Amino acid sequence: MAAAEQASSKDKAKEKSQDAATTWHGIVLQTLKRNEIKLVPYVPDRVLTTLIKDLHADPYFTTFPTAREEEAVGIVSGAWMAGTRGAVLMQTSGFATLANVLASLAVPYQIPLIMFVSERGTLGEFNYGQALVCRTMRPVLDSLAMEHHTITRLDELEFIADRSIKQAITTQAPVALILSPLLTGGKTFDK
Amino acid sequence: MTSTQARNTKVMNRFDLTQRLVAGLKDEAVIGGIGNTNFDLWAAGHRPQNFYMLGSMGLAFPIALGVALAQPKRRVFALEGDGSLLMQLGCLSTIATLAPKNLTMVVMDNGIYQITGAQPTPAAVHTDIVAVALASGIANSSWAADEDDFERLIEQSKQAAGPTLIGVRIDDKPGTGTTRRDPVQIRERFMHGMGVRQLL
Repeated sequence: MAAAEQASSKDKAKEKSQDAATTWHGIVLQTLKRNEIKLVPYVPDRVLTTLIKDLHADPYFTTFPTAREEEAVGIVSGAWMAGTRGAVLMQTSGFATLANVLASLAVPYQIPLIMFVSERGTLGEFNYGQALVCRTMRPVLDSLAMEHHTITRLDELEFIADRSIKQAITTQAPVALILSPLLTGGKTFDK
Repeated sequence: MTSTQARNTKVMNRFDLTQRLVAGLKDEAVIGGIGNTNFDLWAAGHRPQNFYMLGSMGLAFPIALGVALAQPKRRVFALEGDGSLLMQLGCLSTIATLAPKNLTMVVMDNGIYQITGAQPTPAAVHTDIVAVALASGIANSSWAADEDDFERLIEQSKQAAGPTLIGVRIDDKPGTGTTRRDPVQIRERFMHGMGVRQLL
């Protein structure tokens, strides 16, 4: 390998390790890995773009898009019962499609469903539909007595995500980790 | 594999077909869709490798996909109704893309929402489920012409290079038996059947 290439791959590795420690998506990826979560189906969201790209780039993960969030929940539920841990990525409006599968699969069958939800509809939302649908999320979680945390700070992210994943697995209960725009920067109206 | 037109196939019986499937099984996983599909699966003889859905209509194939990805060496069968599949047609694209060769999907098609009072589904007259699966990218998709053909297609799927979908036209006879409705017990037994849990 040429010296220049070596230097550039070293730089890239350095960048990656900085990413892992200092960016929200780097911390989420490392936390998934540390908890042996390998299967990550998702329905995309602009804010999750970098995380999704990095998951695809890392051979540790099996990550792929699904047509609906319910489908992704079914997939990780089946995988967990057969011995592989998974997590689902989605945005707020996607969560709103899940009430039936949460109430009839994840909760009653006691499946440790781990969800990362990118929060739209708050702190500067420009889409009225997103703003309304966001207000349905926490009442749904509360009505099912589901554990959920809203993560706003980078310095609390690892603790909340890591502990929540461990609690979900050991108590066999679903958890929703809501990624606030205060953490991710959110999506802004730039047209 | 060639596809057969839906209207040329024999109308069969779900419990009979389920019995034919189960009779040939050893340690394969079977995911039974909501309602009559898993009533018949239960009645065909409970096995710890069976998973019975009590809700979440339309998720039999996604759940089976998860099992198939987690255990690529185990054959996974999924039994789904036509009405249920309509709720989650997008999963056929996901399955076609991931292409697990250990997944065999059976669509029990009678064109009605049988368990809610036998109302016709919107697909009852004009939609060919197998054609939808083919167009979604699942190349091994075909209608079973009759019971013998069903058994042949099931056997053939075990050596397939990709996922298989088998459409069967069935009558409107209700399911045989009723699955016991304890979700935690169902899951725990299934995990034991999958070899990831010991029985207490």
